[in-house]
Amino acid sequence: MLELVDLSHTYGSYRAIDRVNLKVAQGEVVCIVGPSGCGKSTLLRSIAGLIKPTGGTVLLDGKPVAGSPENLAVVFQDYSRSLYPWMSALANVGLPLRRRGLDKKRRDAAAMAALEQVGLAGAAAKYPWEMSGGMQQRVSIARALAYQPKLLLMDEPFGSVDAQTREELEDLTLRVCAHHGMTILLITHDVDESVYVGDRVVVLSKAPGTVVGDLPVQLPGPRDQIHTRELEAFVRLRAEVGRLVRGMTPHRNTHGFGVETR
Amino acid sequence: MPKVNGASLLRGLIGTAGLLAVLEAAGRLGAWDTERLPLVSTVLLRAGELLTDPEFLVSARSSLTTWALALLVTIAIAVPAGLLLGMVKPAEMAVRPLIEFLRPIPSVALIPLVILLYSETTHMRITVAVYAALWPVLINTIYGVRDVDPLAKETLRSFGFGPGSVAYRVVLPGAAPFIATGIRLAASVAIVLVVTSELIAGGIEGVGVYITIAQSGNRLDLMIGATILVGLFGILVNALLVAGENRLFRWHRARAGAAT
Repeated sequence: MLELVDLSHTYGSYRAIDRVNLKVAQGEVVCIVGPSGCGKSTLLRSIAGLIKPTGGTVLLDGKPVAGSPENLAVVFQDYSRSLYPWMSALANVGLPLRRRGLDKKRRDAAAMAALEQVGLAGAAAKYPWEMSGGMQQRVSIARALAYQPKLLLMDEPFGSVDAQTREELEDLTLRVCAHHGMTILLITHDVDESVYVGDRVVVLSKAPGTVVGDLPVQLPGPRDQIHTRELEAFVRLRAEVGRLVRGMTPHRNTHGFGVETR
Repeated sequence: MPKVNGASLLRGLIGTAGLLAVLEAAGRLGAWDTERLPLVSTVLLRAGELLTDPEFLVSARSSLTTWALALLVTIAIAVPAGLLLGMVKPAEMAVRPLIEFLRPIPSVALIPLVILLYSETTHMRITVAVYAALWPVLINTIYGVRDVDPLAKETLRSFGFGPGSVAYRVVLPGAAPFIATGIRLAASVAIVLVVTSELIAGGIEGVGVYITIAQSGNRLDLMIGATILVGLFGILVNALLVAGENRLFRWHRARAGAAT
């Protein structure tokens, strides 16, 4: 449903991403992982239509993207900046639904349903600044869910919450998105998270970012924070992604010798 | 926004009352000729009487109307202009030197010119007041718009909202606390300029005109009484606007409080 063809972007003379090619199928959860400064956010912003890439194309359902596409929602890392402090949680979640042409009653009903899904039905009237970081990010996720996008982009969505909240939010995201059959593109710098959350892990190189690895994640579902992470397949995959992120060539022998640095 | 609590209010009242008592005692003990400059108690009594004096009330109503209209015109011009200049950087850069040139010109210095341009005194007074009150609203709006988080705007854009919606739903509410502060400053400035233009240019009605007439009758008690009422009105307006800001922009204070 999403296809990136030779997507490139330069800021002045700085090349952030260089000819990124990627295909994402309907309903897939794809994690993009890479070292810091690999142009992950540039990639996401190009797909979301927030910046106009200097080269290549973004195809959504086969059609080139111009401006911000319909049926797309973004969850940003910085929930405190991305939520509107003058609005209650319910109003924040309901705001994008104006684009769907719903009246106030139906917007509120849909927003309430989304808040229920993230376990915040009791906090609908609260303001973001009255909530903890984890709660605020739940509101952001609820806002994306209520909008019912076909493609959900997540930019380091769990990067600013504590470890326990992070695990809860990972599971919450997997659960509700599977329920809605959403396609997810999640950007992270966390190797462990990319393997745990993704159906597929795409590794970007250091800037200029380009795809250096595309690994399917074959782990039994539903995933579980403890059991999944202790599976041998999980550990092996995590090591492989880790090597790719550090710029080492992947290898599939189990001895761990002869690693070459690119 | 200055926060007023019971203790600071009480101390302020004690300080004011103490000063007035000292002045009253000094006057009664013959520190100055009370035939020329009346006692504090006399002035306060006159100020109270003015509130039921039909002649003064006609003037007060006239000044109040001029002030309110001036403030409305100021908001109607400065807020949209500030939003535009805040959002469109090249426009702001083009207009900036003009603003920096016009802003320091004292509005009072324009009164003789404006008198020649308008035959209607109310229009003249409004123009003078608007000229002075415009700047705090305009500058605060520009800075308020700049202060709006780019990510807050991008979030709405990513949901497919156009620039107009982003301006209306994110930029305007985000800048609102700054705009409100600008309006509060403008309200005080407008009071000063309305009374000043009445004093300088004269006319038939207005508190400034009333003070001038009291002066020609050598009534210092009425002059000072009317002046005190203008001051009290200024304090009242400011307090009401501060209270309104605290109520409307709780979110802004909560966030500013968390940041410091």
